[in-house]
Amino acid sequence: MQAYPASVPLPSGDKRWKLVEATMRRHGYKAAALIEVLHTVQESFGFLDDVSLRYVASSLRVPLSKVFGVATYYHFFSLKPPGEHNCVVCMGTGCYVKGAGDLMKAIEETAHIRAGETTPDGKVSVVAARCIGSCSLAPAVVFDGEVIPRAQPSAVRDQLRRWIGHDAG
Amino acid sequence: MTLDELEEIAASEREEQKKISHRINVSVAAGCLSMHSDQVFKILQAEVQKRGLEGSCKVKAVGCMGLCAAGPLVRSEPQHTYYRALSPDTPEVLSAVVENLDGRPVPEFALSPDIPFFAAQQRIVLENCGEIDPERIEDYIGVGGYESLLNCVANRSREDVVQEIIRSGLRGRGGGGYPTGLKWSMVAKAQGEQKYVICNADEGDPGAFMDRSVLESDPHRVLEGMAIAAYAVGASKGYIYCRAEYPLAVKRLKVAIRQAERMGLLGKRIGESDFGFEVEVRLGAGAFVCGEETALIASVEGNRGVPRPRPPFPSYSGLYRCPTLLNNVETFANVAPILRKGGDWFASIGTDKSKGTKVFALVGDVVNTGLIEVPMGIKLRDLVFSLGGGIPENRKFKAVQTGGPSGGCIPEQFLDMGVDYESLASAGSIMGSGGMIVMDETACMVDVAKFFMDFTRDESCGKCTPCRVGTTQLHGLLERISEGKGQMEDLATLERLGGMVKRTALCGLGQTAPNPVSSTLRYFRSEYVRHIVDKTCAQGKCPCSRTVDRAVEK
Repeated sequence: MQAYPASVPLPSGDKRWKLVEATMRRHGYKAAALIEVLHTVQESFGFLDDVSLRYVASSLRVPLSKVFGVATYYHFFSLKPPGEHNCVVCMGTGCYVKGAGDLMKAIEETAHIRAGETTPDGKVSVVAARCIGSCSLAPAVVFDGEVIPRAQPSAVRDQLRRWIGHDAG
Repeated sequence: MTLDELEEIAASEREEQKKISHRINVSVAAGCLSMHSDQVFKILQAEVQKRGLEGSCKVKAVGCMGLCAAGPLVRSEPQHTYYRALSPDTPEVLSAVVENLDGRPVPEFALSPDIPFFAAQQRIVLENCGEIDPERIEDYIGVGGYESLLNCVANRSREDVVQEIIRSGLRGRGGGGYPTGLKWSMVAKAQGEQKYVICNADEGDPGAFMDRSVLESDPHRVLEGMAIAAYAVGASKGYIYCRAEYPLAVKRLKVAIRQAERMGLLGKRIGESDFGFEVEVRLGAGAFVCGEETALIASVEGNRGVPRPRPPFPSYSGLYRCPTLLNNVETFANVAPILRKGGDWFASIGTDKSKGTKVFALVGDVVNTGLIEVPMGIKLRDLVFSLGGGIPENRKFKAVQTGGPSGGCIPEQFLDMGVDYESLASAGSIMGSGGMIVMDETACMVDVAKFFMDFTRDESCGKCTPCRVGTTQLHGLLERISEGKGQMEDLATLERLGGMVKRTALCGLGQTAPNPVSSTLRYFRSEYVRHIVDKTCAQGKCPCSRTVDRAVEK
């Protein structure tokens, strides 16, 4: 048996692993910190890949199956790399009655992908959110972290085209 | 810090504020921020500096003022005038606001504080929102913050604090409406070395955002409520389980915790007594079911957020199998004022069985979208047509949806009903966390029911069969009806299946999931029939009407 806390070598020289390790250290390498640690991984790397799941599992001494179970259970965690740009469409009730469905349709048609996917060139990810709490400014979309209140399909289409580079210039 | 020292800080803070004759409060809560209120703030500040008014006029970043529809909102004091829809793109208007600090308010943008939206509110939970700077603990102390906590620790017994909450009649604001005092006394009496207090800030109901707003605008109020609760039940450790979708709320909470710890208002030896209480933030990760208490506890423990059968209730066996007190953000926000002004005062507000006020999120097809706090028992009609300003574009009111995916749609005939826990339940809905989605005549009730079943079907954790399979089947039936392929017996199946899921599901999510279907079936049955018999959606929202359109186009 290894002494506690387990000293698991960092997966690579990438400095971002230090952030992940710091979170684990702050929580005393307790298994209960799993979700907090996965948040740090996703914040640092953008998504959770095989390497990170294995690293977190062995560091926290949690079965890999459990780490995988938690990572896939929660909507917030992604196992696929995100696109260069991120488009979140709020599909909460407030936004839905104000036409979020039309927004989503416009986005899916413009980007030629469905919610939850990334364009093949890796430019744009489209995500459907449950509710971002901007209900009184519905319908809302979030472009790269910036909330756009009362979004219109035309404006949303324009932004996507700029990102994808269809009519750049 | 002792009570005397706290009062000294409060007094000097008030003294400082008295020196400034004019204030311009700018809302920097998430709603107004998304409309660039941070830039409005900077421009106003520059205008004040340009005129050399720094000594007499302070531009202050504050939390949510409630009327999101008119954001970004600014309030000029002592005029007490609201300014609506200020934009960084029109600096001349912002300049005029500063120019007219004493004069006549800029007419096109001024909003009287006497309009029903502001005047008809009674603010307890939100009393500091839009008044204080959420990132300055001194501001909170200046309005009497942490006085209740230190007073309890120094002068009141634990039993006495619990009794005060029982006397107030406060009920859980997260939706269930369980008497808060009773819960506290259960945890207080429970045996255990270690006890926990958890704040449920996993505001999952789409259409409700009062918890987000309170956390962003007045985080210390929630921390104080938690600390008082911890003192009353004998807990030493607390967690705030907050949605990861609310980054600003998380940030402000963390700032607030650090400030309170530094001043000795959280942490060890609070008020120089033996009582200590440490708080940590835990991030949710986007699972609706984690609003359910046992699922939430599982998630705090780092597991998949899956509910478990009760009993044992968390009050006896919760986090790490220790006695755990779990309340919602708004519930904790009510605690400090109750201890300051007394349980009897709180119980004098509201109705017979529902005491105090409730914060509602008015959203959807209503003019004044935003957050309001009103006494329990207020008429639905007043909420929608007086405070809410009615339905835009002269369209007709159709229904109010309350309680999120666990609630129902309330039709016009209930508009004169007083809103409290019991009346909403009797109308086939629930109070829930306080989201009120107003729908006008363009909403299709089959589509709305389908929307919610799609939600619960997706959010069902899958542990119990009635919920996992039942919600999928209910959704399938609604889908069929919306496509114009339904049959009349489907309606009976919806009712029977809904009743079964309600009776047999493991947790609140499943037990309430059929509510949107049963309430729309009860009040808007003719719309379902129309989809089935005429194979058309009068509002053009469902696929069946689209096939008709296409046929016509051809």
